[in-house]
Amino acid sequence: MRAIAGFFAFVLSLLTALPLAAQPKLLHQERSLYRNIFVTQDGDERCMLFRYPRPFGRESCKLLTQPQKFLFDYTQMMLSGLYLNASPKRVLVIGEGGGTIPTALQEMLPDAQIDLVELDKSVDTVARQYFDFKPGSKMRVFVEDGRVFVKRMVPQKPNYDMVLLDAFDADYIPEHMLTREFLQEVKSIMTPNGVIVANTFSDSALYDYESTTYTAVFGKFFNLRLANRIILGRAGGITPDDLANAKKNAAIVEAEFVKRGSGSNFLLPLLNPNVDWNPTARVLTDQYSPSNLLNALPRR
Amino acid sequence: MAKKSALWSYTIAGWSGFYVMLVELLSGRLIAPSFGSSIYVWGSVIFVFMLGLSIGYLLGGIYSKYNPSVLKLCGILVASALTTLPTVLFGTQLLDFFFNLITDPRFGSLTTCLGLFLIPTVFAGMISPYAIRIIVKNKESSGHDAGYLYFISTLGSSVGTLLTAFYLVLLFEINTIFLAGISISVILGGLGAIFNYDKE
Repeated sequence: MRAIAGFFAFVLSLLTALPLAAQPKLLHQERSLYRNIFVTQDGDERCMLFRYPRPFGRESCKLLTQPQKFLFDYTQMMLSGLYLNASPKRVLVIGEGGGTIPTALQEMLPDAQIDLVELDKSVDTVARQYFDFKPGSKMRVFVEDGRVFVKRMVPQKPNYDMVLLDAFDADYIPEHMLTREFLQEVKSIMTPNGVIVANTFSDSALYDYESTTYTAVFGKFFNLRLANRIILGRAGGITPDDLANAKKNAAIVEAEFVKRGSGSNFLLPLLNPNVDWNPTARVLTDQYSPSNLLNALPRR
Repeated sequence: MAKKSALWSYTIAGWSGFYVMLVELLSGRLIAPSFGSSIYVWGSVIFVFMLGLSIGYLLGGIYSKYNPSVLKLCGILVASALTTLPTVLFGTQLLDFFFNLITDPRFGSLTTCLGLFLIPTVFAGMISPYAIRIIVKNKESSGHDAGYLYFISTLGSSVGTLLTAFYLVLLFEINTIFLAGISISVILGGLGAIFNYDKE
């Protein structure tokens, strides 16, 4: 009897919880060449999702009343690139999402030339239409494969001061963009002291492999780990002075960061130069790049 | 003796089915760094493999009219394997060449695939009709024989696809898998030739 009563209580609790778990309003959906894209509105919060219903894969979210505010830790963590160079002149961003990062960069660095590369034309269209993404006169948007863009740039030697890689999502990694050869191409279009920031993975077998792959090309880097993992490094590897540099630059950009709900109290303690991965993990190359398979395996 | 030649024909067709899908999957992998891995890149890959196989079916059928033998079938298998060798040896240089030649990723990937994979696929396509000619002994059983051969060869393809995609790329480098595939083809072709040489 008690079991039956318990069952009914359980069902009742589910029913009463249903209104709380109601789906946010769907404003837009489309099937692009690469994925499904959904735009939802939940009160003040607007999100771009690649899967619907939530909570799987929120790509980008913003508050309509506070459009500058970063809602995700990882976007805040990616801007820590400015801690290694507070005033880059040429910036490359690969992966657009809702345009949060490129928008923040063009607001904070009005004189910088920003190149933005996005594979999926629909993502760019949705970002402009629903996320108020307005590239200014100093920003160029390229709709093409990030690897192909970088490869075509190599002979032009564009000398980027900062490169931000944000092309991966929870479901799929473009495997040709997580190899030693790709990172070498990225390095070759940067200034010798250029800053690399990459949004990567934290909790699968891939962690060790991507760590050794980035190390193979960029040497030592800062490892910012929360739910996401941000690699923050330099073309020539970070130096012992970089922690002091980061503190200095953090003071310069602090007001802008605080405006976006971030700040040095949150970010500076995350700058960790230590190796917490297996340094003997195999380096990923164009010949060996099973990133998605590795990302599906648990970390040993 | 008829049974022995049929057995060799089935084995070669099954392995060739495995091999052609192994090459097809790896070819997508190989060209991704230069042209991406979008639907049009896979479209180029699949187009070239289908085109190659269709030409191969045609040529294999024609070739089977001239003194068909297991020895020659082995020759076709070895030719299909050896014509993949340039991809392993000069793959990067050829990809860079096509990358610099053609900017549009659709036609870039298409041209690259045609250059690297059309010829081996034509040879691979020749195997099935040629093997059917060796196996079929009379009109009544021809449909049954052809059905059985397609069963073996397409089963080989499906196993080759899954094994490559799920496991081989997790364990080995692309060129290692290519070289292993080529070696198995050459060894199988060589053994077939040795064991069937006396009767030809």
